Amino acid sequence: MKFSRRKAIIGGIVGGGFLGVGFWFARERDRVGSRALFAPKSGEAGLNGWVKISRDNTVVVAVPRAEMGQGVQTALAMLVAEEMEARWDQVRVEEPPEDGVYRNLDILIDGLPFSPEEAGTVVDTAHWFAGKLGGVLGVNATGGSTSVRDAWIPMRTAGAVARDLLLRAASRKASIPVADLIAVDGEVRQRSGARVATFGDLVDSIGDLAVRPPPPLKKPSEFKLIGTSPSRIDVPAKVMGTATFGIDVRLPGLLYAAVLNAPTFGGAANGFKLKNGGLPKGIEKIVIVPGGIAAIGASWWRANKLLEEEVEVQWQAGPEPKLDSASLWKRYEQLLENGDPALTRTSGRESASGKRQTLTATYRAPYLAHTPMEPMNCTARVVEQGAGKRSVDVWMPNQSSTLMRFAAAKAADVPQSDVTVHTTFLGGGFGRRAEVDLVRQAVGCALAMPGRPVQLLWSREQDIRHDTYRPMALARWRADFDVSGPAPALVGVAKRQVAQSPTDQFPARVIGLPAQGKPEGNAVENPPYAFPFYRLDAIVADGSVPVGFWRSVGHSHTAFFDESFVDELALALVKDPLAFRRELLAGKPRHLKVLDTVAKEAGWGTPLPVGSGRGLALRASFGSIVAQVAEVAVADGKTFRVTRVTCAIDCGPVVNPAIVRAQMESGIIYGLSAALYGEITLADGAVEQGNFPDYDAVRLAEAPTMAVHLVDSGASAIGGVGEPGTPPIAPAVANAIFAATGKRLRSLPLRLG
Amino acid sequence: MISFIVNGQNRQADVEPEKPLLWVLREDLDIVGPKFGCGVAACGACTVHVDGQPVRSCSIAVSDVAGKSVITIEGLGDRNPGDKGLHAVQRAWIENQVPQCGYCQPGFIMAAAALLKAKPKPSDRDIDEALGNICRCGTYSAIRRAVHRAAAILGGAP
Ligand code: FES
Ligand code: FES
Repeated sequence: MKFSRRKAIIGGIVGGGFLGVGFWFARERDRVGSRALFAPKSGEAGLNGWVKISRDNTVVVAVPRAEMGQGVQTALAMLVAEEMEARWDQVRVEEPPEDGVYRNLDILIDGLPFSPEEAGTVVDTAHWFAGKLGGVLGVNATGGSTSVRDAWIPMRTAGAVARDLLLRAASRKASIPVADLIAVDGEVRQRSGARVATFGDLVDSIGDLAVRPPPPLKKPSEFKLIGTSPSRIDVPAKVMGTATFGIDVRLPGLLYAAVLNAPTFGGAANGFKLKNGGLPKGIEKIVIVPGGIAAIGASWWRANKLLEEEVEVQWQAGPEPKLDSASLWKRYEQLLENGDPALTRTSGRESASGKRQTLTATYRAPYLAHTPMEPMNCTARVVEQGAGKRSVDVWMPNQSSTLMRFAAAKAADVPQSDVTVHTTFLGGGFGRRAEVDLVRQAVGCALAMPGRPVQLLWSREQDIRHDTYRPMALARWRADFDVSGPAPALVGVAKRQVAQSPTDQFPARVIGLPAQGKPEGNAVENPPYAFPFYRLDAIVADGSVPVGFWRSVGHSHTAFFDESFVDELALALVKDPLAFRRELLAGKPRHLKVLDTVAKEAGWGTPLPVGSGRGLALRASFGSIVAQVAEVAVADGKTFRVTRVTCAIDCGPVVNPAIVRAQMESGIIYGLSAALYGEITLADGAVEQGNFPDYDAVRLAEAPTMAVHLVDSGASAIGGVGEPGTPPIAPAVANAIFAATGKRLRSLPLRLG
Repeated sequence: MISFIVNGQNRQADVEPEKPLLWVLREDLDIVGPKFGCGVAACGACTVHVDGQPVRSCSIAVSDVAGKSVITIEGLGDRNPGDKGLHAVQRAWIENQVPQCGYCQPGFIMAAAALLKAKPKPSDRDIDEALGNICRCGTYSAIRRAVHRAAAILGGAP
């Protein structure tokens, strides 16, 4: 019943069926939360849903997002501390309970099928409604570079509300009028400067004081903490080796489970036989789990060895057991020729006159695996409570506790209220850890071992062969030039693009929503350039290969197609790639400033040694604009090295510059690993790669020198930083290789000779 | 029963002799600082010191460390009983705010500490060669800075 209503709601959004509802919903104020919400323990006082203080003068901030290295604990805590006037060294973070207040609205809004430059009532209403929907579903998720964008107003508001409460508590305690009190550095002081109380002194003075509507937030010029780079909250534990990742969870009576997944996608285990008869010592059970088979025992290493060497499984094949990469590319080529577009978009006007010349170029991007450094894992425990009731606990590095809870409840057949999800540190996420396959399998194992916690872990081979991949994609750009004059003039451009859609597959996989047949939104964002005429035809391929959200999602391939072709256009028009982009960006001052910054800092146009080249690329994604210049050095015409990358980003107001810089470098290296090595291929329905030796990543020796420049354009909207660093690097490198060698590489990964 | 020393303490493990050291540490001794990343000696997340040498613990049988001294990230800074001080590499890592997700970091830190013991003033080239680990978060430039900084600290810089 829930599903059909949800379907109707989503259909309504897509159809713009909620026009005219209006903006009466004061959504930010609704997200402050009650004083009891953040579950204050003894010695603590809740100030609202996002912050509590304790007698030892600690300020505890609720961080409902997953820390996967993007610095979210630090950045979100800074928002509260800023408005509350807490001292940075008194701030701690804690995961709050599940509640709608902590929902991530921006992640839903980003999922809508509009591009950022589209505006108007339909778009606004859809955004508004997605916000409402977020409230209804209570989606707590981390991804889409949305965490700070989503929290920017609510968490600062929570800080301001907390400060207001502390001032009133101090006023009552010390009998000083509230107008004479200010909060500074974790203390309440009189305007004269005399200390009235530390925050911790006020724990017992808050009593029955109610949360009041928020006082006005600080102006950016008043920020003390925001815009600086205080030390990251998560760093010491990660340096001492004491940070607890999912794989490090240790519980009394813990068992380990290893998994073999069905070799072909959508397959399953029908049964199994032990090659040597009985179960070896230390192995408790072998169970069939969704998509595969698991061995449970006292040692993961032993259980994994058993599955790999000593068990014969009867596999049921998936729907495409013969699939291979060559035939898949053929299928895509046919779709490129005559597939029906799921989305067509045009802008500008097609002009008819003049003598024409046409340029076409076809680009390819392969499937990619995520390979987060921490292999996929989930720990689950099911306790029978009698009378047919069970409680479920899940410890997991995950990107959406809401979805994990939902999936665990389904798998254990209990109401969601009987499931508790404990989110650990994530050893990388990159989109992979929003999926629910692991939690389903772990609960399956836990049900077989009632009362015992079971830690289910995939080997690296299982991770690479059973990922939800970045879709492979095929695109053909075409440009028409008018060649009647002395110099060719661009008349218009058009692109046909074929890819599977993760936004179609993900809801189907996770909550059973029927596919909408829509392309993934990031994959079809328009390039920012003012072409005289632009047309996009996006064709959605279906198929059994699971595709998912891979850092920057569709931008990761579309930026390569678009920014490579813009360079090809510049060449055809005999223009400098920078000057040509500048021409087409007239009237877009933010883009221009980013472009000019990166060009200047990279020394665009200055000479390089023979055999070296510079390439430029620009991509706006997740609310931020990023441009990069890559320098490559080519040896013997066959191998190349990326020696230096210059990056400029305009992400609006910067919360923590060090984190933005780190995220840019991180995005560049992640994208570079894919551009140089990343390729998942299929044979006989299965993935051919299996571990780092055949699915490699950039290491220290191949890491370029990087410089990141933050561009302040005065924009007030905050942009994401976790993903926007990734899209430009592949085309920047491809363009640099062209500059160095005259060879245009149109397929990823980039291979010379 | 296999006996060896872990972080200065005598430990015994009653396991199959071919069980990799990594899994003995993680499963039998509850020492979870060394991480599992690939299991095939390709990523370095599991790096520990065996008699002072950096070793990828996923790919060495526990029987091969019998009687030897193993140091993990948990024991790196704690050289004298009661001394909770950080190793110079860890200090440099904090100063440079190296970790992102942090999962690869114990392996890098152990590899860096071993490198600096063998080569107190490493060149960039030495660092590239000794730290062939994988960091999927791309913390490489911070790692390079931190290794040079740790060398300076060990050389007496404040
Ligand atoms: S886990 Fe040992 S090298 Fe990767
Ligand atoms: S910090 Fe995440 S893998 Fe290195």
